[in-house]
Amino acid sequence: MPTNELKMNPLKNQRKHLKSHSKKLSFALIGNPNCGKTTLFNQLTGSRQYVGNWPGVTVEKKEGNLKLYNTDINIIDLPGIYSLSPYSSEEIITRNCLIREKVDLIINIVDATNIERNLYLTTQLMELGLPMVIVLNMTDLLEKKGDTIDYEFLKQVLNIPVVPISANKGIGINELLKLSLDFAKKHKELKVKNIYSKDIDKILNSIENVLNETTNKININNRWVAIKLFEDDILVLKSIKLTKLQEEKISKYKNMVQLSKHVDRQMLLADARYKYICSICKIAVHKKNDHNIMTLTDKIDRVVTNKFLALPIFFALILLIFYTTFGPIGIFLKDQTNFLINNIFGNLVLNTLNILGASEWTKSLIVGGIIEGVGSVISFLPQITILFTLLSILEDSGYMARAAFITDKLLRRVGLSGRAFVPLLMGFGCSVPAILGTRILERENEKKLAILMVPFMSCSAKMPVYSMFIAAFFSKNQPFIIFSIYIIGILAAIFTTLIFKRKLLKGTSSSFIMELPEYKLPTIKNLTLHVWERVRDFLVKAGTVLLGAAIIIWFLQSFDTTLHLIEDSSQSILAAIGTRIAPIFTICGFNDWRASVSLLCGLVAKESVVSTMAVLYNTGSGIDLATNISQNFSALSAFSFMTFVLLYTPCIAAVSAIKKETKSILWTCFIVFYQLFIAWFFSACVFQFGNLFLNFAKF
Amino acid sequence: MTLNDLKPGQSGKVTKLLGFGPLRRRIIDMGIIPGTIIFMKRIAPFGDPIQISVRGYELSIRKSEAKEILIDNIKGV
Repeated sequence: MPTNELKMNPLKNQRKHLKSHSKKLSFALIGNPNCGKTTLFNQLTGSRQYVGNWPGVTVEKKEGNLKLYNTDINIIDLPGIYSLSPYSSEEIITRNCLIREKVDLIINIVDATNIERNLYLTTQLMELGLPMVIVLNMTDLLEKKGDTIDYEFLKQVLNIPVVPISANKGIGINELLKLSLDFAKKHKELKVKNIYSKDIDKILNSIENVLNETTNKININNRWVAIKLFEDDILVLKSIKLTKLQEEKISKYKNMVQLSKHVDRQMLLADARYKYICSICKIAVHKKNDHNIMTLTDKIDRVVTNKFLALPIFFALILLIFYTTFGPIGIFLKDQTNFLINNIFGNLVLNTLNILGASEWTKSLIVGGIIEGVGSVISFLPQITILFTLLSILEDSGYMARAAFITDKLLRRVGLSGRAFVPLLMGFGCSVPAILGTRILERENEKKLAILMVPFMSCSAKMPVYSMFIAAFFSKNQPFIIFSIYIIGILAAIFTTLIFKRKLLKGTSSSFIMELPEYKLPTIKNLTLHVWERVRDFLVKAGTVLLGAAIIIWFLQSFDTTLHLIEDSSQSILAAIGTRIAPIFTICGFNDWRASVSLLCGLVAKESVVSTMAVLYNTGSGIDLATNISQNFSALSAFSFMTFVLLYTPCIAAVSAIKKETKSILWTCFIVFYQLFIAWFFSACVFQFGNLFLNFAKF
Repeated sequence: MTLNDLKPGQSGKVTKLLGFGPLRRRIIDMGIIPGTIIFMKRIAPFGDPIQISVRGYELSIRKSEAKEILIDNIKGV
């Protein structure tokens, strides 16, 4: 095959030369979604990024450092992409990083078990002219299947180093590092191989020559630019400045190629790339099994996506998750933790303070403020751990993609695609990763719609609030109450999309072309990593924000406006604030100033609602919180309060995630006010209609 | 004949891609071009989307998208 020396302009060469003296090198990890990039990233940098088994876990670029033979290396983990076309935000992020930033080496990760489609991206990366090594990942799975790949042949025919590894098992990582470092130091650019037909190659050369007439603004070779112009890539066209004459010439060359009705220029290139790949794979890849043999993934799919079994299995799994979390196991663990903190630890501290002869207000701050406030939240740690473990197992196994497959048609009714199922389910764990996860949605407005819906999926931080009220009022019909709260959240989400669907999604239609990954047994390591990340966040929050809030709340409720320590908290500063807000909630059935203050604190973090209530309703008389609460709420107003907590504005962290994703302050403000209104409206409805019903039932 | 005409268990060879823009591009990027063999695996419980096997991997695609993919040479069941 003829090769094409790329023509760099001398100025750029010089700049690159200067750069090579600075010691820091930058390696970019690029590959298809779900090919093991993040696993390799963790292996290389020793960092602990979460890896999931559905396409699109890495939604933004991440960087990590490592030092090798006195060279500092910056490793960049980029979102998985199928091609370098500019149609999704992931593709654009990755492309921009390669074009605009200084990348010394591309580490192209290829899933060895799915080599044909993975090499399609490789053929495009080769055209960038940047130094590159190919990493054949998942070779352990390949061996397990009994297939083989001739690595030596691949290396020779592509003229690029090929390293077989297994990122999961840590095999081949050192060889990869050594080779990458050597290669990046030796080579500044790669010879671009021609894989197209003579006619197309001639046209591409002509376009390249036209481009060479002026210096080009982007830091990438002109062969790639020529190919992109040939493909009518709008972003590339916009980013380079062409003279009128150049434009005319290029357009003339582009039109020299013969096209038929359903074959455009993009298709011509794709066809050539795949022909090239197939010719290589025919020689390099030996498959043991043909298509007729059922793989394990096939067998599982036959059951879980079966026409009759799919839905029962789907609902059984969801129910199992919630039953384990909120059922006997979760509650038992919660009670034990609560006992440990309040009775054992609390009494220990109180006794110690007594021995030390601490003053009354110190005891009140530490036991009544901190232990009561923070402890009431920490006791939910077991339930949160269970919920996240189960959700992670679903993600890691590969079932999430199937759930999206099953629910696509239902979600389409509310204007979303099945892809939105993943962030929506994650929303039950925590809104923040769920909101960031909406990035896998293709259309900007579909993303906005999903962001509007996610916070209505009751997050795990709201669990403590429900549990507290359930303990006080609904201990007999607990499953029913929990269930109805979650259902109200889902109804509010559906209500929301029905309002906004028409406005936001006018005329556009989404697509659902999604890879269904092979099932994998979740690894303990990855599972612990993921769950620990969430648990740590929770503990850090308890130790910082909630601790601070508990202290501030204690202070505000123990002193009056003249800063005198008071006996009765209804004289306090906090009461003054709460009393101002409380009238808004009269219609919802809870105009107690303490309830209003708790809701206000909940804006910082939802757990704060409980810790604040624990402090405010703590009369110090040894009566437990549930009893105190039951004296200040009715069953109906408690349910209305729970509804409000369920629906109102998520915590600050979630609001900032919304701001990050929508990139609009206006939208963020709108979402915040919309949620406040919906919460108020729904809880007012619950209380008013509930009252009507109760009165009616009396007669 | 379009991809939608395949019954689960059947396979066919792509002849043409209709449609335009990002959707067409995505179909091409996933390795579906004239000459590609597609296996029809199953239809989702609600009747849409469908699961196909192409170039050795599994892909889910909606019926509205599958109708843009013309096929012939149908084999199996």
